[in-house]
Amino acid sequence: MYLDPAVSRSVKILVVGHFGVGKTTCIGSISEIEPLQTEEEITEASEGFDDLSGNPDKTTTTVAMDFGRLSLSDTLVLYLFGTPGQERFKEMWEGLSRGALGALVLVDPERLHESFPILDLVEQFGLTYAIGVNHFDSTPDYPLDEVREALNLSEETPVVRCDVRDQGSSAQALITLVKHLMTTLG
Amino acid sequence: MHDEPDSELELTSALVPLFVIAKGRALPADHEYEHTTLVTAQEGTEAAARTLSPEARAVMDLITDGFLSVAEISGYTRLPLGIVRILLAQMAEDGLLYVRNPAPRAERVDRELLTAVLDGLKTRFGA
Repeated sequence: MYLDPAVSRSVKILVVGHFGVGKTTCIGSISEIEPLQTEEEITEASEGFDDLSGNPDKTTTTVAMDFGRLSLSDTLVLYLFGTPGQERFKEMWEGLSRGALGALVLVDPERLHESFPILDLVEQFGLTYAIGVNHFDSTPDYPLDEVREALNLSEETPVVRCDVRDQGSSAQALITLVKHLMTTLG
Repeated sequence: MHDEPDSELELTSALVPLFVIAKGRALPADHEYEHTTLVTAQEGTEAAARTLSPEARAVMDLITDGFLSVAEISGYTRLPLGIVRILLAQMAEDGLLYVRNPAPRAERVDRELLTAVLDGLKTRFGA
């Protein structure tokens, strides 16, 4: 449960994607701890909610977010945060993207259009990213070039196929991201 | 997978009013007690811990034996992240905690750090 007492550095990578794309599964497949949830407070327009606070414009709600942990050496630990991509969670993104190494963006080749708002957020927060095309049992193998084209990605952005249920495959997607991060250092 | 639980969309509300747990204190600055800030209890603070609120004591009990991240503390105690951050800031002020801030502190990620991350992943997963 506890980190190595020598641990001196912690880093984080965001695993982002639309609802149902496999973020939680991805984190679960590589985390060394049973994935946990944080409850984060967000404020949003109170329309449609009972407002007990006396503030008619905004209400505070909490949203649960999954995360996992991976000790990379005695001194270094990596946290993976599954970050929902809805615009109304922007507040959460502010805290999460601060100091993040980068983002693994999971996409479903059959629902690519749902990834546009996610890519907008990732770019808005200045995160370097790689795309993991999650393989679903029911879907054929989409050519990665088509995914790249459909998402209008730059040439440099890595696009890899992965099966987030598989530890090795999820790890490979992360490795692709980290290698890409190194190339962007200049 | 398509059947990912929709917990990420679940909106919940606290049973105890949060301002009661927080005793009216405000959130610490954004860069303090982030998700990945690591904390553990100082030694010899058991006596002081006894005077804490139930929530703060739950946090202290959890981190007496080793380092955990702020996010993990929130996860294990089921206290909202904001509350955990407020409690930790107060406990640090009272001299109860060791705090290790996350890397990178600066805007820039350095090559040495990324190399360590990459090596760690390769070692762990034999890639």
